[in-house]
Order: sequence, then C-alpha cells, then structure tokens
Amino acid sequence: MNWPTILGISKTHLRSRLKQSSVAALGVTFGIGTFITLASFMTGLNGLLDGLILNRTPHIHIYNKLEPTEQQPITLIDQFSSGINIIHSIKPKKSQVRIHNALPLIQYLRDQEGVRGAIAQVQAQVFYLAGSIELNGVVFGIDVMEETRLFNIGDYVIEGDPKDLARTSNGIILGAGVAKKMSLKIGDRVQLSSVNGGLFPLKIVGFYQSGLAEIDDVQSYVNLATAQGILGKGNDYISDINVKLYDMEEAPLLASQISNQYDLTAIDIKTANAQFETGTQIRNIITYAVSITLLVVAGFGIYNILNMMIYEKMNDIAILKATGFSGKDVKMIFISEALIIGLIGGALGLLIGYGLSVGISYIPFETDALPTVKTFPVNNDPIFYLIGTVFALVATFFAGYLPATKAEKVDPVDIIRGQ
Amino acid sequence: MKAPSPYVLEARDINKYFKVPVQFHVLKDISFGIRAGEFVSIMGKSGCGKSTLLYILSTMDTAYEGSLLLNGEELFGKSNKELSVVRNEHIGFVFQFHYLLPEFTVLENVMLPAKKLGRKSIAEIREDALKKLDLLDIKYLAPKLASRISGGEKQRVAIARALINEPMIIMGDEPTGNLDSKNAENVFNILKQLSTDQGMSLLVVTHDLDFAKKTDRIIEMADGRIHASSEKGE
Repeated sequence: MNWPTILGISKTHLRSRLKQSSVAALGVTFGIGTFITLASFMTGLNGLLDGLILNRTPHIHIYNKLEPTEQQPITLIDQFSSGINIIHSIKPKKSQVRIHNALPLIQYLRDQEGVRGAIAQVQAQVFYLAGSIELNGVVFGIDVMEETRLFNIGDYVIEGDPKDLARTSNGIILGAGVAKKMSLKIGDRVQLSSVNGGLFPLKIVGFYQSGLAEIDDVQSYVNLATAQGILGKGNDYISDINVKLYDMEEAPLLASQISNQYDLTAIDIKTANAQFETGTQIRNIITYAVSITLLVVAGFGIYNILNMMIYEKMNDIAILKATGFSGKDVKMIFISEALIIGLIGGALGLLIGYGLSVGISYIPFETDALPTVKTFPVNNDPIFYLIGTVFALVATFFAGYLPATKAEKVDPVDIIRGQ
Repeated sequence: MKAPSPYVLEARDINKYFKVPVQFHVLKDISFGIRAGEFVSIMGKSGCGKSTLLYILSTMDTAYEGSLLLNGEELFGKSNKELSVVRNEHIGFVFQFHYLLPEFTVLENVMLPAKKLGRKSIAEIREDALKKLDLLDIKYLAPKLASRISGGEKQRVAIARALINEPMIIMGDEPTGNLDSKNAENVFNILKQLSTDQGMSLLVVTHDLDFAKKTDRIIEMADGRIHASSEKGE
C-alpha cells in the first residue's frame, strides 16, 4: 500500500470539492457538537437533581426509634403459642432517645473499610422567642466542619459562612424562614428556649435554606455542645449518627449489620429514597437514547454524502484502476477521505460542543432548592469528548466503508464502455 | 508448459461470451501476437468485438477463456490485484475519451502511475514526467489543471501518462477518435515515433482507415473472429 500517494489523491479530491466536503464535515460537526452539548447539559442537570437528594441524605442514618416492642410477654410463654393472642392498646416502651455508647460506635464506624465518615448529631426541640411570640423549632447540633465535608451543608448556607459556626461556640445558623419571620440578620442575637424552660441567647452566623419551606421555617443548626446544653445533657449524648460511604451500593448491607449488632434503627439511603433511584435511571436512559439518535442521524448524513461523492467519481475510479491502482487502493482512497472528513468535522464538533456547553453554563438558573446554584449546571466530563471523537471516526469509517467497497468493486470496463 | 512466446503480447484461443441480455459469443478463437517494436492496429465494424478484445488484452476484463501471455508470462487466472500490478508496470493506455483526473494538474496526472509503482523517489518521478511531457512538446502544460486544457492536449497528456512507467506495450482505444484531422495526425506521429525510436509495441483499435494504413500491421475483425491480417504495404 502506497499511503502518501493514496492520501495525496484523497486530499486533492476533498480540496477540489471543498463545498461538498465541508457539508459532510459539518454533518459530523453538528452531530458531535450537539451530542457533547446535550450529554454535558443533561448529565449536569442529572447530577444537580441527584445532588438535591444525595448531598443531604446520609447513606445510613442511625437512631433510636420509639416503637412498641414486637415481643409482648405473652408470646414468650410456650403454652399460649398455639392460640391466637390479641393484645389491645399496646404502647411504645419508654426508652432513651440517645444512642447508647455512641462515641465508641462512631469511632468503630469510622474505622470500617468503605466508610467515608460518620458524624454525630443531636436533635433538640426548641422555641424561637420573638418578643412575646414563641415559634416552634428544631435545632440540630452538628460538627459543622465534618458536615460541610460530607453533606455539603455549605451549599445551603445562603448568607454567612458555615466555618463561622465552628469559631463561635454560641453561634447558630438559622433557618431562612425563621429569620424572615423574625426579621433577623447576621450578627443579631436570637433567644431559644428549651422544652425544659432554659433560655439560650445565640449569635446568628448564617442563614440556612433547603428550598423546602416546612424545613426552613423550623430548622436551625448549632454546635454539638450547644444542642447538648439546650437539652441539659452531657457531651456523650448523641441522638443520631449519619454515615457516608464511598460506595452508596454498600449501604443496605452495612445498615442491616448495624441494626442487628447494636439493636438500633439504621435506615439506608436506598430504602429511604427508593423513588430517587428510579428517577435517576429514567433520566439516564433518556440522555443515552437522545445522544445515540443524534449520532446515528449524523452517521447517515455522512454516508449519504460520501455515497454521492463516489458516484460522481466513477470516471476517476475507472482511470485509477486502468492505470494500475488495485481495488483495495481505490477503497483506501475513499475510506481515508471519509476519515479525514470525520477527523476534521469531529474536531470542530468537539470545539463547538465545548463552546456551547460553556455558553450554557453561563445562562442564569436560579432555584430556591439550591441557593448556591446561579447558572445551569454543566458536566464537562472528558469522557464525552472521548466518546465523541471515537464515534466521529467509527461512524465516518463505516459511512465510508460501504461506498468505498462499492468503489472497490467497480469494473473499469463498464465505465469506459459506458462513455 | 506452453512453448515460450516470441511475442511481447500473445493471445491464444481467446473466447468470450456475453451472458446478458442473452448468451452471445463475442470473441471466437482469437489468436495473434505482437512483437517488440511493432505498431499494430485492429479494425472492424462496430460490434465486431474489437473493443472487447482490447479490454481483455489490457487485463481489465478477466471474464474470458483462453490464454494471454505478456512477455511469456501467463496472465489468465491471475487475481485482480496481481493484474493491477501488471497493468501499472507493463501496460500503458490511451483511450478515445481523455480520461485524465480532472482535479489534478497535468503533471500530477502523468506522475500518478509511477507514484503507484513506487520504484523511484518523488523528485525522480517528477523529472521523468517532465521529460515525457517534453517528448510530446507539452511541457508548458505541466502546472495546468487537467480539466482546463484542450482535447488534443489531453490526448497527448494521456500518452505521456501511458509512457511514465516505461511499459512494454501501449494500447489505445480509438486514441484519435474524437480529434480533428490535424490533431489526429499529430497523435499518430507521436505514436509512430515511439514505435520506431523507442522500440515500443503499440496496439491500437481504430475506425480510421487512413490511420490504420500507416501502421505496421492491420488486423481486421468481423463477427468476433480475426478476418484478415495484413502487413504494411500488402
């Protein structure tokens, strides 16, 4: 095979039909460009929607659930086991809300393989005092630095800095709804009263907005010690443990282990958000379906144009064959033409796709659910560019392969006779 | 083994059938040979099979029966790929219609078969191509696009292209068929000169009796057979 000669012929063919070649290349450009734009944009949105849930939800949530004992005394007696036992008016057993021996348990969880972090929370019922009015509320005592690292609480703090909470021992990140009702701003003080009647003046270091009014109207965050103080408990009082794993898929297994081993309630993210996974899957399917359609349409465009180019070049094919070029040489000429079109069109497509997705990432997009998101999310994953490049080459190869095989089989005598 | 052939190109008992639209025996037991340096013309009425014969001799048409020897080497039964190498190296073509690649310059058209052969460097091929063009007095056309020159010029470029790999034989299918008498005369003289000066064998299919009369030998065909073969001056 004499590549310089073959490529030279391809180049001359493409250059002399610049308009046609450009149209073919533009077909590729359009296909690849829109594929990259769409894939980046749609997976960006998907990531955002997933993030809405994944960012805030622990992979495993461990707490003590108040519920009636499953084993009532009568079921423990053998002589009644054959009968039907009916017990009315079962009440939950009085038990502690705190997780027993929580600190060693957290340490144990942190040491587990596959666990990214385990952090303690203390939930406390409070009232926000505004003059004579008492507003119902819940404060969460958190380790704010860990909470930022694992659950991106910073994304929902619309004013102030979550780090300020760590620096201010009596600080509070107030729910945005509460703050609005009470006309408070950062630096102000807010009085909290505990269920027991104690008063706690706290300094506002930030506002929290989840996008759900019900939550924003009641929920606030304070330091772990503050929450324990509000409840009048010691520093080993922990009501919830949130666990984040490296791989979400391992959550159900670990959750069942924990609940069996420690006699605690452990809810994994899949049980808690079963509908979430279905939604993600469907969105992914739509993304892939649309992308594949775009690429296939682009492929047919290339095939069409190359096919026409080859029909126009029948004479050339006959001459080349008559002067000693083999069928394979002729085939390679047309395949290399197709690949050159694919390379140039594909490269332009990558640029255009990148340009468009960067453009989209500047379009304003404001939502209450994600206070830190100001523009449309775009996922500029390099894998899309790789897929785009590979597809441009594979599609143009096949689009060129069929017509080129036709050219390979052209009988020069038929063409010369036909003149 | 067949006896070694005294000819550059020899056909032995070539038969060909067209199957479409109906079975038709086009060529019947064609046997003849061309010696080195001989200028042979094939004449005959339209449809007598002379072009078909030329395509078989040129190795482009492989659907025939019989034996075709180029310098003693059997060509019947070779693959298309092998035949394309033979065509590239040993056979030059000139057609009635000019058959240059229109998007390439004259020089590139002439260089192309040599580039395919790949025996020489591009610079040497270029040198050779310019020499061939000079031989045909059309060196000045070299940088022009093949689609921008006149019919007579195109035919001469086609001859230059046929010469580039120093073939054993040049074949022509009505090479002067659509040229005016002055240009036709010109092309004939060039071919004649190649035959006498360079000892090249030439085989030309033609309608033009005046043209044929000036060649060394005329093969007359009728109804798929060689009807008569007459040496010059007979």
